[in-house]
Amino acid sequence: MANEIHFRIRRQDGPDARPYWEEFKMPYAPAHNVVSALMYLREHPVNAAGKKVAPVVWDSNCMEEVCGACSMLINGTPRQACATLIDDLDQPIVLEPLTKFPAVRDLLVDRCKMFNALMKVKAWIPLDHTQDVHLHAPLIGPGEQAVRYIFSRCMTCGCCMEVCPQYHQDSEFVGPAPLGQANLHNSHPTGKFFKQDRLHALMGVGGIADCGNAQNCVQVCPKDIPLTDAIAELGRRTTGQWFRDLFAR
Amino acid sequence: MADQRIIVIGGGLGGLWAALRMAEAGVHVDIFSLFPVKRSHSCCAQGGINAVLDTKGQEDSIEQHIVDTIKGGDYLSEQPPIKTMCEAAPGIIRTYDRMGVTFSRTPEGIMDQRLFGGVKKRRTAFAGATTGQQLLYAADEQVRYHESEQKVTKYEDWEFLSVVLDGEGVCRGITAMNLHDMKVHAFRSDAVILATGGLGLIYGQSTMSTNSTGAAAARVYQQGAKFANGEFVQFHPTAMKGHDKNRLMSEACRGEGGRIWVPSEKGDTREPREIPQEERFYFLEDWYPTYGNTVPRDVASRAIVRVTRHMGLGLNGQDVVYLDLSHHPREFLEQRLGGILEMYTTFSGEDPYTGPMKIFPATHYSMGGVLVDYAKDEQTGGMQKVHPRNHVTTIPGLYACGECDSGYHGANRLGANSLLSATFSGQIAGAAAAAYLKSLKKSAADLDEKYFESERTRQEVINQELLSPNGTENPFALHRELGEAMREHVFVERSNAGLDKALVTIKELKERSRNIHLDDQGTWNNQSLSWARQVQDMIVLAEVIAKGARLRDECRGSHYKAEFELKVPEGKFEGDPEYEEYRAEWKANNKEWMKLTVATHTEDGPRIDYKPFDASILAPEKPRDYR
Repeated sequence: MANEIHFRIRRQDGPDARPYWEEFKMPYAPAHNVVSALMYLREHPVNAAGKKVAPVVWDSNCMEEVCGACSMLINGTPRQACATLIDDLDQPIVLEPLTKFPAVRDLLVDRCKMFNALMKVKAWIPLDHTQDVHLHAPLIGPGEQAVRYIFSRCMTCGCCMEVCPQYHQDSEFVGPAPLGQANLHNSHPTGKFFKQDRLHALMGVGGIADCGNAQNCVQVCPKDIPLTDAIAELGRRTTGQWFRDLFAR
Repeated sequence: MADQRIIVIGGGLGGLWAALRMAEAGVHVDIFSLFPVKRSHSCCAQGGINAVLDTKGQEDSIEQHIVDTIKGGDYLSEQPPIKTMCEAAPGIIRTYDRMGVTFSRTPEGIMDQRLFGGVKKRRTAFAGATTGQQLLYAADEQVRYHESEQKVTKYEDWEFLSVVLDGEGVCRGITAMNLHDMKVHAFRSDAVILATGGLGLIYGQSTMSTNSTGAAAARVYQQGAKFANGEFVQFHPTAMKGHDKNRLMSEACRGEGGRIWVPSEKGDTREPREIPQEERFYFLEDWYPTYGNTVPRDVASRAIVRVTRHMGLGLNGQDVVYLDLSHHPREFLEQRLGGILEMYTTFSGEDPYTGPMKIFPATHYSMGGVLVDYAKDEQTGGMQKVHPRNHVTTIPGLYACGECDSGYHGANRLGANSLLSATFSGQIAGAAAAAYLKSLKKSAADLDEKYFESERTRQEVINQELLSPNGTENPFALHRELGEAMREHVFVERSNAGLDKALVTIKELKERSRNIHLDDQGTWNNQSLSWARQVQDMIVLAEVIAKGARLRDECRGSHYKAEFELKVPEGKFEGDPEYEEYRAEWKANNKEWMKLTVATHTEDGPRIDYKPFDASILAPEKPRDYR
């Protein structure tokens, strides 16, 4: 086993600055993940050439793969850095920021576009208000709950967007994750009252028709969300909605 | 008067609920958060949320929820708010259901409920083992709806630095730093709600997210808000150790039948599955036959430390014990606990379905926090649901809710009560702030600019000092040393000698933190600068925690000092003379110590006073006893 951990990190000092590669070496210790190793480097910010440099900038929060913050390319694959163990990686470990979102600095990117897409597809259950109305929602069977639960674990991490050939910085396409959320809310017993609104949002520019069916999204999702199932269902539903709209004219 | 606005700091469950209440009341809300609110630490809550739905044929009652919460907290909190919270809990669950939360279901499609610690009834609603994530997302979605209606504005990637006080000491706005260009701005606001979560990072490794530093609470504390019960920090019994954090293995593991054990023989190095039942020491079941593995967290954590450090029975002599679910069928575990068992596998490389997990207590939750008030409802004995005094801090116009406040959990929080208190306190604080706005005679928009400009300048100066190339101290190293001292001396077991050492170390760290050198001197997205500020503030709160602990010469809830322990006479129960003697001693101790610790900031460190509170619902007649 190597007695050091060797990183090759693609750095960028600001959104308009030129990217460059910098290498770091740190002492090996068992059970490190990518973020815990970056934390060590942050305290000892010396590059492999022995030069003191500004600590690498990255995003993280929960450190247990539920918040979605620490997405980055690790040896070329988009994944959560906190849940990627050093012992499972070939060295040198290559870290790069996601490429489909605007660069901020080093490994940090701006994913606000994803949250805006959730707004566009109206990924919420419309309520009269959030005070108690002394009623539960309609009953939901355990089988249906299990399917909905898988989708509701989407943490907006952006890995699926990174590998989607149709999604890039200048495209209008909302991308796979928001499609999954639109379908999740359409499947709720009261959320479905407003499914037309969500379908209409997906029938316009940047909607479901932009999906090229590459099926990359489902391969990289850290939560194993069957995004392509949701996309297929939305495809059928939007077609049905298109016909209904046609006859309603 | 100009349009009124409210600022909420923090977008976890507490902050989002406060925002929802105010948006629905027609007040514009600005939410400030260090990161996109959907990534808040609430998403780490796993096991569930308590509410009496009584769907398990166990004759559960709201009265029992109130009693369990008060006793779980070892009688150290204002009781009227607890009553109102427990009464509101079923309605909160119904609302979450309407919001689309994917709660786990019974075969009939009814919400399922599981057992949690310190409780005998199945009272915890859950969504797999990621309940917090599901509740957070539901609240996030509702807030996003209001955002789409322009009733809410989010400032994500902004760091709260301070409140702006007018000439009369009333909170009229905030200063905050844009974490991209690192510029400080002042914002006007008619009320401010602090919903900034916990402070586990003060202990270095904890179960908390890397942003849960307590810095925001420390900042308002240094501006005059009082901080209560700082010494009461919860150590969760079942966490896996890591370089970066200690990952929580939910109390739901124990609630679903998980058993904690060590080999009976010291130095037994056999593989766990080769150790026969009769050679295993199930110490919680042995010591607490009535509650067994589901004793409250403080009791379980102390028992684990006793086993590893005093009896030498930790695995390989280390601070590690087993948490074992492997007697359950895989399908059952996948369905009920899948999310966290997946996490255990990822981080340990071991399979919790076929063998036990290796765990030890870790810093998890702060029962203490910014001191908040409430208005009692004399009719019901609870708290009034809408009143401007609810959840207001000692700074007028500044409210606090969620983990950063000091309500509800006394000296020890019961599992699955935090998602409840975060939700409930957010709702109450939002309603309170909206009511407060109606009583205001002048708007923050009309206030003289000088108050905002002088506070903004003060904050800019702090940044400039930190960015000056003169210092020598590395803020990341300071934080590591702070965590080491806190874990060494202010952990599950405390002693006055150890706490004195901690206080000396903290004073030294405070001195050194005035001489920081940053390896990043840039002005674009400088995480080192933001971190250095937070480290300075963590050190301030560490002193509040350690000093409160040093001065509280008793054992209560999570705060334990062996030298002051009142031991329950072994094998004796109510009615036995030895037990009654113990009870009399316990009551005498309550006379002295059943008071809230209140810290006030001074230049020389915290001044500690004590405050009596309302215990009109459950008088302390019975010591906690989970045997």
